[in-house]
Amino acid sequence: MKIRLSLFPYLLWMAIFVIVPMMLVVFFSFTDSSGSLTFENLIEAGKYSAVFLRSISLGAASTIICLIIGYPAAHFISKANFKYQNIFIMLLMIPMWTSFLLRTYAWMTLLEYNGLINRLLNFFEIQRLNMINTPGAVMLGMVYNFLPYMILPIYTVLTKIDKKVIEAAQDLGANKLEVFTKVIFPLSIPGIVSGVTMVFVPSVSTFIISKMLGGGSILVIGDLIEMQFLGNAYNPYLGSCISLILMIIIMICMGIMNSLDNGSEEEIFL
Amino acid sequence: MSLIFLFLYLPIFVLMAFSFNDSKSRVVWAGFTFKWYQRLFENQEILGAFYNTLTVAVVSSIIATLLGTVAAVGITRSKKLTRKLIMNITNIPMINPEIVTGVSLMLMFVFLYNSLGVFKPGLLTLISAHTTFCLPYVILSVMPKLRQMDSNIYEAAQDLGCSPFSAFFKVVLPQITSGIVTGFIMSFTMSIDDFVISYFTGGTTQTLPIAVYSMTRKMVSPEINVLSALLFMFVFILLVIINLRGEKDKLLSTNNL
Amino acid sequence: MKPSIIKLEKIQVSFNGEIILKELNLDIKEGEFVTLLGPSGCGKTTTLRIIAGFLTPEKGNVFFKGKKINDVPAHKREVNTIFQKYALFPHLNVYENVAFGLRVQKKSESEIKSKVIEMLKMVNLVAYIDRDVNSLSGGQQQRVAIARALANNPKVLLLDEPLGALDLKLRKDMQSELKSIHQKTGITFILVTHDQEEALSMSDTVVVMDKGSIQQIGPPEDIYNEPKNAFVADFIGESNIVPGVMIEDYKVKFYGKEFKCLDKGFEKMSCVDVVIRPEDIKVVPPESGNISGVITSVTFKGVHNEIIVDVEGFKWMIQTTENQEEGNKIGLLIRPDAIHIMKTSSYSSEVGDYSAFSDEFYEEQHH
Repeated sequence: MKIRLSLFPYLLWMAIFVIVPMMLVVFFSFTDSSGSLTFENLIEAGKYSAVFLRSISLGAASTIICLIIGYPAAHFISKANFKYQNIFIMLLMIPMWTSFLLRTYAWMTLLEYNGLINRLLNFFEIQRLNMINTPGAVMLGMVYNFLPYMILPIYTVLTKIDKKVIEAAQDLGANKLEVFTKVIFPLSIPGIVSGVTMVFVPSVSTFIISKMLGGGSILVIGDLIEMQFLGNAYNPYLGSCISLILMIIIMICMGIMNSLDNGSEEEIFL
Repeated sequence: MSLIFLFLYLPIFVLMAFSFNDSKSRVVWAGFTFKWYQRLFENQEILGAFYNTLTVAVVSSIIATLLGTVAAVGITRSKKLTRKLIMNITNIPMINPEIVTGVSLMLMFVFLYNSLGVFKPGLLTLISAHTTFCLPYVILSVMPKLRQMDSNIYEAAQDLGCSPFSAFFKVVLPQITSGIVTGFIMSFTMSIDDFVISYFTGGTTQTLPIAVYSMTRKMVSPEINVLSALLFMFVFILLVIINLRGEKDKLLSTNNL
Repeated sequence: MKPSIIKLEKIQVSFNGEIILKELNLDIKEGEFVTLLGPSGCGKTTTLRIIAGFLTPEKGNVFFKGKKINDVPAHKREVNTIFQKYALFPHLNVYENVAFGLRVQKKSESEIKSKVIEMLKMVNLVAYIDRDVNSLSGGQQQRVAIARALANNPKVLLLDEPLGALDLKLRKDMQSELKSIHQKTGITFILVTHDQEEALSMSDTVVVMDKGSIQQIGPPEDIYNEPKNAFVADFIGESNIVPGVMIEDYKVKFYGKEFKCLDKGFEKMSCVDVVIRPEDIKVVPPESGNISGVITSVTFKGVHNEIIVDVEGFKWMIQTTENQEEGNKIGLLIRPDAIHIMKTSSYSSEVGDYSAFSDEFYEEQHH
């Protein structure tokens, strides 16, 4: 294989800052502090299976909610007047680019026991709700932060559908519902796959949202990893192992998703 | 639809509104003030973090843009197999969860520092980490422009007497400038916004998101509201600019027809 | 005889193990209008790119006025190209596009200006001098591309399917315009096309290519009237090609009958391909023809009718002004001067029969 000169700096960079670190993660996963080969970390990580399960179910639930809200929204935007489409998309992107720490913080102030929502409920003489530090709050945070990542790819795919295909379906006698279920939906699957990946990956690996809105009581994989590297439980060997497991979980999920939509993965990323 | 936008924006606006609140309360309105804005600009810790963020963002997005543009040119001209392999490597930082990218880089920096004494966690590690996660975005915004370009243009310039090198600068570069600028702006905003990777690779060096994080842990001062108001406005303006550029691109491309 | 300007010697090129050009030899004379004609994938564009310098052959040599130029890069060759989709620089206006090569040569501003105007005058585009190239029509963009290439005073102009993107009417206009530019400038033109009509009407010499090899080189008349093998006969115009045996000079046998012809010099009793152009066949009553058959289809084509006749299982095409109907039995009168004899080749059995003939099929084959 001939490698062009112009690729050398980039490949060198990627080798040092992507490939080598990944290899270190794998290496650390199977060694202990004395540097000898061990499967101890794997066994240790296995003890946290409840945390893994919780992360995956929280991530999956938020992803499904995002899909349920996001698909109709994307469909709506793609149908809107072209002028408004751009405005809608920009409005979706602005929060994406605003510090998600601050946006999550905003929900903290809203959901608190003495927060704005409870004050409002109080004002209408409704019982205050215990909202913060619940799995629901964490899920809300995930949906809030990652919803645009679901809408945008679905929207992109929907706008790319050739109008003539839809007209052809109508011409062949399909009613509105049939046009949707038989033509539009199947054609939008690549967008769904990409949206689901873009929501699920950060949801399952976050540690900020669970810390801020879960108050540390709802431990997820991200928290676990963070604790091993920067927390009190310093143990990069176990941390690497958990990271490796997280990567494998995500790879499996993406593999499943991509098999739903054979081969168009490249199109989405390029 | 409007419900979705309400859901997305209400928390931000509440936060912004309380940046003008003449009380430390995050709930009770006590009158209008600018004093938190003033406080913010006197807060040395925040200003230092802001300076670090800017340095890292500027340097890493410049490096990423240069490296990424050259790489995109190389990738476009490579054979299919090489191109596929390289694109797979390019996708790694995009597909990997941020936390994994963060800890893997941290492992390497710690390892390098302990064994060779280089890459002491700080600005240098932040810049290399940020460059790494920005690179794929530069490549992905430049490559489509290169593909759209009639590849004969590059040959036409050589045909008319330009050396391959000057042909690149004279005709290829002007064609892909918009992609390069988009890649740069994306890198810049992502670098400014990054928390997770900086958290693991920055050592004791604070960037703005890290400072914000420690502020939210303490939850004391409305200065944080001020900060979010300012950041929000900044991003808003930036995106409007990008969008206007996009409009211009579209106009030009419709002229092509 | 004019001196040679471009000479290709045993050129070989392959991509991913697939041979694109094999041992190609070609000699082009100064001032000639040469057309490389062939179906897509025949290697004609590859040949052009080798002359332009965008491609280095694996084997063989390229000569320019007798000097070997294998290692001379594209930008140092006195050859300019008009690209398939024009390849105008979209960030420059008409003036700057035409001036591009002159600026690279660091000519003075006044010199550039007069040359650009001269070129734009030649292609009738002076009024568009400050226009954005993206706002021009296809034909106008084409003219800019011509002006841009000629502004560099090339010794050879290479044209890579320059008219492919234009509609029929515009294509005809540009054909005559290119021809007159060729006459005015005296530059050697090398045109690549898959359009046989374009090749025949424009060039001094036609080079018919297929599968990486040259099938025939010659003036348009020879290519049409005396195709060398079944491929050329089939690709250029319409042909009925039937297998036959050369009995002796001026006598060929096919369909079990002997025909007089004007060809000689073939080995006695050797197998040959017999070509009869559809327009050279006369429709007569069955009993007065050399052979006879049943009409299977009639298509009105404007100037003539196109008739497909089944003669003992082999479908013939006839172009005639006579009106006939499907099912009619007719005779085919073939005069000695309508017959052209070719040596058999690997193409012999592949082409010539019109049994699968339909308009769609025709489109596919020729476009």
